[in-house]
Parts: sequence; C-alpha cells; structure tokens
Amino acid sequence: MTTFADTTFTPPELIRNFCIIAHIDHGKSTLADRMLQITGVVEARAMRAQYLDRMDIERERGITIKAQNVRLPWQVDGQDHVLHMIDTPGHVDFTYEVSRALEACEGAVLLVDAAQGIEAQTLANLYLAMENELTIIPVLNKIDLPAADPDKYAKEIAHIIGCEPEEVLRVSAKTGLGVGELLDEVVKKVPAPVGEADSPARAMIFDSVYDTYRGVVTYIRVVDGKITPRERIKMMSTGATHEILEVGIVSPEPKPSRGLGVGEVGYLITGVKDVRQSKVGDTVTSEKKGASEPLAGYREPRPMVYSGLYPVDGSDYPELREALEKLQLNDAALTFEPETSAALGFGFRCGFLGLLHLEITRDRLEREYGLDLISTAPNVVYRVIMEDGTEHVVTNPSDWPEGKRAEVYEPVTKCTIIAPSDYIGAIMELCQAKRGQLGGMDYLSEDRVELRYTMPLGEIIFDFFDSLKSRTRGYASLDYEEAGEAEADLVKVDILLQGEAVDAFSAIVHKDHAYGYGTRMATKLRELIPRQQFEVPIQAAIGSRVIARETIRAIRKDVLAKCYGGDITRKRKLLEKQKEGKKRMKMVGRVEVPQEAFVAALSTEEPKGKK
Amino acid sequence: MPSALPEGEPAPADGSLPASSLSGLGSRPFGIYVHVPFCATRCGYCDFNTYTPGELGSSASPESWLEGLRRELDLAASVLGTPVPASTVFVGGGTPSLLGAAGLTDVLDAIYQSFGLAPGAEVTTESNPESTSPEFFAGIRDAGYTRVSLGMQSAARHVLAVLDRKHTPGRPVDAAREARAAGFEHVNLDLIYGTPGERPSDLAASLDAVLEAGVDHVSAYALIVEDGTGLARRIRRGDLPMPDDDVLASSYEMVDSALSGAGFSWYEVSNWATSVEAQCRHNVLYWKGADWWGFGPGAHSHVGGVRFWNVKHPARYSSLLAEGHSPAAGREVLSEEDRRVERVLLELRLAEGLPLDVLDEAGREEAKRAVADGLLEPLDDRCVLTDRGRLLADAVVRRLLP
Ligand SMILES: Nc1nc2c(ncn2[C@@H]2O[C@H](COP(=O)(O)OP(=O)(O)OP(=O)(O)O)[C@@H](O)[C@H]2O)c(=O)[nH]1
Ligand SMILES: C[S@@+](CC[C@H](N)C(=O)[O-])C[C@H]1O[C@@H](n2cnc3c(N)ncnc32)[C@H](O)[C@@H]1O
Ligand code: SF4
Ligand SMILES: [Mg+2]
Repeated sequence: MTTFADTTFTPPELIRNFCIIAHIDHGKSTLADRMLQITGVVEARAMRAQYLDRMDIERERGITIKAQNVRLPWQVDGQDHVLHMIDTPGHVDFTYEVSRALEACEGAVLLVDAAQGIEAQTLANLYLAMENELTIIPVLNKIDLPAADPDKYAKEIAHIIGCEPEEVLRVSAKTGLGVGELLDEVVKKVPAPVGEADSPARAMIFDSVYDTYRGVVTYIRVVDGKITPRERIKMMSTGATHEILEVGIVSPEPKPSRGLGVGEVGYLITGVKDVRQSKVGDTVTSEKKGASEPLAGYREPRPMVYSGLYPVDGSDYPELREALEKLQLNDAALTFEPETSAALGFGFRCGFLGLLHLEITRDRLEREYGLDLISTAPNVVYRVIMEDGTEHVVTNPSDWPEGKRAEVYEPVTKCTIIAPSDYIGAIMELCQAKRGQLGGMDYLSEDRVELRYTMPLGEIIFDFFDSLKSRTRGYASLDYEEAGEAEADLVKVDILLQGEAVDAFSAIVHKDHAYGYGTRMATKLRELIPRQQFEVPIQAAIGSRVIARETIRAIRKDVLAKCYGGDITRKRKLLEKQKEGKKRMKMVGRVEVPQEAFVAALSTEEPKGKK
Repeated sequence: MPSALPEGEPAPADGSLPASSLSGLGSRPFGIYVHVPFCATRCGYCDFNTYTPGELGSSASPESWLEGLRRELDLAASVLGTPVPASTVFVGGGTPSLLGAAGLTDVLDAIYQSFGLAPGAEVTTESNPESTSPEFFAGIRDAGYTRVSLGMQSAARHVLAVLDRKHTPGRPVDAAREARAAGFEHVNLDLIYGTPGERPSDLAASLDAVLEAGVDHVSAYALIVEDGTGLARRIRRGDLPMPDDDVLASSYEMVDSALSGAGFSWYEVSNWATSVEAQCRHNVLYWKGADWWGFGPGAHSHVGGVRFWNVKHPARYSSLLAEGHSPAAGREVLSEEDRRVERVLLELRLAEGLPLDVLDEAGREEAKRAVADGLLEPLDDRCVLTDRGRLLADAVVRRLLP
C-alpha cells in the first residue's frame, strides 16, 4: 500500500512535526502505537505493544530509552498531510533525548495519565517544550481506567499551561478512543515548518545511531534547501565531507527516498563507521555552495554519576574495554577511563547520566557481552581547591587529594517533587536530612503539591528516590536537573580491613553523614566477609581518625573430623574445589574477601529503574 | 542414604592393575579392609554404604555377601600375584557384629586362606554395643581378632535419641569391659560430639564414661551433617539447629583436655591412644599412603598410587563376582602431584607431622608464616599442628598447597 507520506518533498505547509512528551509510563509509546495503526503504516497483524521500543532492554523493562521518529500520512477535511511524530523517553536520565526531539518539532503532545495527574517529569518536559517555543497540545490519557479523574486533572493541566480545562483532549491509548481527533488537532494547531527551499541546505542532526549492517545512520530534520542521495555533504562543525549513500524516511521501517525537503525528517547514510563523525547537534550542508551559518546546536549530555566497573574475572578486562567501546558508539553520554583498584584490579571509571543509565549499561554489558561485573558505589564529581590554589576534579573517591583543602564543591540540582499534600511533612523532613533547601511550593490542585528544592546530586543518587517512595507510599514523583555547584563540608570516609584501606569502599560524604556511612559499611562487611584464621578489625576512618569499628572474630574450626580410607579421594577433590574458590577471592592484605562480598557491600544502594 | 562414589575412570573388568602400581608391593605394609554393609536400622546422621534388611529384601544377604567376599579375595590374590600377608585387618561397617561371632570367624578364615596374616598382625572389628555380649567377644577372640572398636557416640540418652542410636547409655561401657574381660587388650570407643542438644555437661559425662571403661583408644568425631541424610533434612526443615563451629571447637578442646589428662595422647586429629602400641595401625596405614585392598560393596582400595572402589550395592557386588568380573566401579591413577597433595592433607593431620620436604618452596614459606600465626610447630624437619592448628587443619592444608 502506498500513501501520501511515502513520497518526499512534501510542501512544508502540509507537514506537521511533533513529539509526545510525558512523565514516565503515562502512555507515550502506547499512544504512538495507536497512531501507527490508525494512519495505516503498521498493519494490524504486524502490530505489537510499544512497537517503537525496539531494544531488548526497552521491551523487557517496558520503558523507552531512545526517542524514535516516524513519518505518518493523515487526512484532514480531505487534505493529505504528513506528520513526523517522535516518541520520547519519560525517565529523567534520558531528558537529553527529549531536548533533541524538541529541536526537530514545532509542537508537542503533552500526555498526562488521567489517573495520576501531573507528575514531576510532566513539568520538566513541559518547561523544556515551552523554552523551545513549541505549541503544546495537552492530552489526558488512560480515560478508560476506572480510577481516571479527567475533570480533576484537566483543571490541573489548564492551571499549569494557562488554557481552559475544556481544551484538554481526552484519549485512551489503549482503546484508541480520541486518537483520530488528537491527530486532527495536531494538524490544526501545530504550525507548519518554515524554511528557505532555495537556500543552501541546512539540516540538524538530532540522532546518530550505529548499525552493524548499515554503519552510522544519521537522523536529520531539514531546515533549508534539500538533501539528496549521491550528493557530497559537509559536517559544519568539523568541515569533514562525505558522500551520501542513502537518504530515507522512517515509517516505521527505513525506506530510501529521492531526498528530503524543507521541514522533512528522515535519515541519511554516508558509510562512516563512528557516530562521532556524525555528531548530534551538528549541521549538515552541501559540500559545494554550502551554508555559512550553522543552526544552533545542542549542549552535549554530560555524565552526572560515576562508578567503577570491574570484571569479576580479571582476564575479561580486554572484553570489557571492547564492549564499552561498542556501547559508546550509540551512547554519546557514556564515558570511560581505565583505572586500577588495589582491591578490584583493572577496570574502568565510567560516567553516566544517572542511576538508570548506569544500571542499564551494566545490564547490557553483562547480558549482551557475557561479562560478570562488579560496580562500585556511584558517586558524583567534586571540585577540590587546595590551600595552595591547585584544583582537583575528583571522579573517583580514591583520588581525593590529601593535604590542606581550602574549598570543596559538589554538584547541586534543582529538583521537583510532586505528591499528595498529606505527605508534605514527610517529604520536607526527608529533604532536610538530605541537605535540601526549599525553593518553593505550589498547589497543583486542592490535594496535590509541587515542592521545589535545591539539593546536592550526591544525596539524590544515594538512596533518595527509594526513601521518597517509601515515605509517600509510592505517590511522589521526582525530577531533577543540574543547577551548578555549591560549596560543601565533605569528607572522605575510608574503610580499613586489618588496617588497610580498601579503595573500592571509600566514599565522599557530608561530614554529618560520615558516621552513618562508616557504621553501616562496617556492619555490612562484618556480615559479608567470612571469618578468617585471624581476627580482622574493620574500621571506618576519616584520614587517621577512626569513626566506627567492628571485628570479624577468628574462625576456630576448619577441619573435617573423619578421614578413613574411602574419604581420601573425596577429600582431595574437595580441596581442589576449595582451591578454585580461593582463586575467586580478592586479597586485601592478608584478608580473603569473596567477590560476592564486594558485590553485596556495594550494591545495597541498588539503583532503581522506574521513577 | 549412602553417599555417592567419586568420579573416576572406569576400572578394568578383570580387576587388573597397572604394572607400576605393583612394583614394591609387599615392601610396604599391606592392609585388608572388609566392608560389612548391613545395619539393623539406619542412623539419621550416617551416609555410610550400609543397608537394612528392609532395604535389601531378598536381593542380598550375609550369605551372598560372604560368597562374594570369598571370590573377591581370590581375585585380589591373583591380581596381586604372590599373596601378600596382611599386617592389618579391619572389618568395618555397617555393623559387623550383626554377623555374630560365627560370621566374623568365617570372614577371618577366608582371609587366612587367601592372603594369610603377617606375624603380630592387628585384626580389628567394629561392633555396635547392642549386638555384642561376653560370648560374642569370646568367640571373636578365639577366631583371632585382636582389637575391638565400639560405636558409643554418647552417654546421654537424649543425644543417643537424636542420633537414632538404639543402645542404652550404659551399654557401651559394659561392652568395653566385657571385651577386655574376654582378653582384648585393645579396645576403642567412638564418640560423636556437637549433636544438636548436647550440653557441655553431656559431653563431660560421656568423657567420664569413656575413662571409666578403661579403654586404650578413643576416636572422637565432630558431628558431620552429610548431604542426603535424615539429619540434614531435619536441620533444613528447621527441626534441629545446625551444629555451631564455635561450639564444636570448644567441645574438641574439652575432649582433648579430658583425654590428655587421663594419659591419652592425640596421634591423629580425631584419634587418641594411651601408647604407640594402642594406636590403630590399620588407620595409620591409610594416612601414610601404604597399600590396602578394601573388600566388599563400596570399599575403597589403594595399591601403589592407584585408588579404586567397588560398586555400592551388595546385590550388584555379589552378582558381578559370580559372573567372574571385578566388582570395581571406578578408579583413579594418581599423578605425582596428586600423591604429594594427598601426603600433605593426610600427614599434616598426624601428631608425627608432615616432613617439610614434601612441600614446595612456596609451601615451606607459607609453613613459616603458619608457625608465626601459631598454627604449626616446627619439629626437626617436620611441621606439626599446634593445639589451635588441629582445629584449623584444613585451612592450613589449603595454605601449604599451591
Ligand atoms: N488502561 C490503560 N493503560 C494504558 C494506556 N496507555 C498506556 N497504558 C499502559 O501504561 C503502561 C505504560 O505505557 P507506555 O506506553 O510504555 O508508557 P511510556 O510513557 O511510553 O513510558 P516510558 O517510555 O517509559 O516513559 C503500559 O502498561 C501501557 O499498557 C491507556 O490508555 N489505558
Ligand atoms: C560408620 S560407623 C560404623 C561402625 C558402627 N556401625 C557404628 O555406628 O558404631 C563408624 C563411626 O563413624 C562415626 N560417624 C559416622 N557418621 C558420622 C557423622 N556423620 N559424623 C561424625 N561421625 C560419624 C561414628 O562415630 C561411628 O561410630
Ligand atoms: S550403625 Fe553405624 S553404620 Fe549403621 S547406620 Fe548407624 S552409624 Fe551408620
Ligand atoms: Mg515509552
């Protein structure tokens, strides 16, 4: 079946570019499914839930990680139109995917779960869209749910974006109810793209993906001029030139086309093998008679959270490096540097956008690359200025500079918490304990509030979200964004076994939390480390000052009582097995620490997936 | 449930052994072990290869077993070439005393006929106290047995109950006295300590009873919770607590101090004797890598660096032999390093200690550190476990080996 959308160079006035934005799980990808269906680009028998969540990890966890764009045909009043729709992720770690998508659009469907109302990422994504001056189409989803309260939440939305509650559309992405009307509204409300058809080509790269079969696939939105196959193009940031091998559209599978004109969204392939040669935010122009002014680019995503990744089996180190390199091809936000830990051996200090990003990366390394990994407790980046004026940027607690520190800075965030007003007290108490400063509070409706805090990122990545959820019985949602840095009274807590510091357990914490961290780790390690032939003192210390202490008592018995003639073979084999087991032990001084103890000690603050 | 046999290579059907293992045969002590795979009931902690009449039905009996044993004795004599007189014999079980004095006499007669005994041979039989009597002891003494080992386990009624032992608390001591009265100079009592519910006072009472019995040898074993046993199931279900290692360590210390105070010396981690003559020479032969042939279902043998073991079920054992086949189920030919490892793990358990030259360079260095840690003591060119080291013997072995 061919449709109006199959051929490109559609007149811009018939094109609408929009994205779907929302809090996590409010139904963006399900709504996208219905759009794929009613526009006929995916046949009923080929349909599956969250069609655009293509990665295994997305399907398994039921969340979107990468934004996906699709070109759709849609008729309004007998007039054919082309819609470019982008489904975006809702999780805070992947906000940069949303910002990129917004750059390629004139409008945004703001989707809100009619049983939940506005949540923290609803606001965060709404504000991003407003900054980009996008037309917002407010929509309540899941109106089929018995718990849905569309009237209440239409008011909340109207209040926030300044429209009438009646203007808020109501759909069910599950049943498809109202989805056709929503697409009509998109055509009516979202402005058509504008651009100079006769000017030199300018196209914005909003995504760049490595594909084993096709090399790097670059997703672009054409602003001026046109992009056609076989022409030579130039990347404006580097001046590098490439020949275009293929230009196409996504609907929802890639389809080669004659080219792309003003306002159109699609992909190009040049045969480059490294996504860094086709950078997100760069402007593509023609090699000959190209444009002189690039489009405004994006800010590159910067890692916010660091963790050391170590192979359990030291000989897997080269495989880990290779796997990280491969993942990085598709993940500009992932960074890694080799590092060595006395306790864990050779590994990498990796930078992530957040805890979910860390967890997903680790998960993929283990499953897709068959690696068995230990990850150290996540930490943020600190800036330390010494009394002699030298500055240190610390991404690994064991690099904390000794000596006289004048000032220590830590990253802070602006965070938004939305919850039923009953929990205000509990939330404030928690935020205060986490060194948060209240910036403001607003009622979204009679019984729901939005609290704004400035809070150190280091506190958020610790166990903040879990504590927040448990104190609000799961009703609170959280969003945060970077907000520079602030000076803080931070110390490094070392954990010592038999007097030797175990680098993997060192942490940078606020002075007031040092004792708590030290006691917790010491107690945990006492439980996790098996008794040795000698007594093992465990200490937590700040510099040379011991703040907590535990002792692992010496083991008293390790001998099998009986050894008759028939036991000898059995005993030798048991010994061989124990010796194998010993090889998996890490020696910290003379103390044998099982790998599992490291994993367990470091993973209690297990990053949690869903927000 | 009897525990599984080790994994090894298949053993030849004719029972033959590599020529290398036979060289020097007879220049080392040669022992004979006979396994009697019968018990009246099964104790909950025991994973030995033994069967109750109910389990066997008509598939095997003491008669079919004895017939098999005679055939295996002939087979062994022909495999080994010139018959080697045995310097020790140990009839163990299971419950050898279930065979009665007549049955045990038949066993020894069969050994006389096929192998013969070296002058001054030690001939031991294990016995369960409840199936012994003055007549029984007189009978086996006449047959030529020189040593009796009795499974006492404990003097506390509630401990015996947890262990499923059927004898009354006083019976083992009486049996030991009867054995001595029948002329047995060497009598052993087996103890198990650390049974769930055993209090220090229970163990003290058991030790008093042992000393009162006037025996010259004691074996005391920490209760091992073997996989697949009724005891393991009861612990898993939470009906009984798992023996605690610290309690086992204290119990061991109690045993050791009571026995040393009464003139016993340890000569192996779990064995004490009143003199060198009172030691069990047969067991020492296991620990020093000598040769022995184990007869009977599931019995293990060692001849010149080859270990082999028989099929476990008595019916299969007898039928293989009846068909003219070896009853061996598998074997392993030890490498030089295997033999060295075994020497370390066996000889370190002896009061005599381990010759340092058995260790490699790194092992000797580690031995020095273990001395510094108070686990080993140097003695001429040997190293011997200290009191604390005895309780950590397996850990020390792991340190001394690569
Ligand atoms: N009852 C009902 N359930 C819905 C509706 N829309 C979505 N859901 C369910 O809500 C859950 C989340 O849907 P998704 O489409 O994956 O949500 P999302 O917004 O794409 O989530 P992220 O991409 O992770 O941010 C799924 O279990 C959907 O089946 C709806 O209209 N009605
Ligand atoms: C296997 S029995 C055979 C002799 C005899 N049937 C008896 O029970 O006395 C030999 C000795 O091994 C010891 N024993 C058996 N199973 C044991 C276990 N699970 N833990 C510790 N000792 C055990 C007992 O002390 C027992 O006396
Ligand atoms: S009597 Fe001895 S061999 Fe028989 S089951 Fe009990 S402990 Fe095991
Ligand atoms: Mg989604």
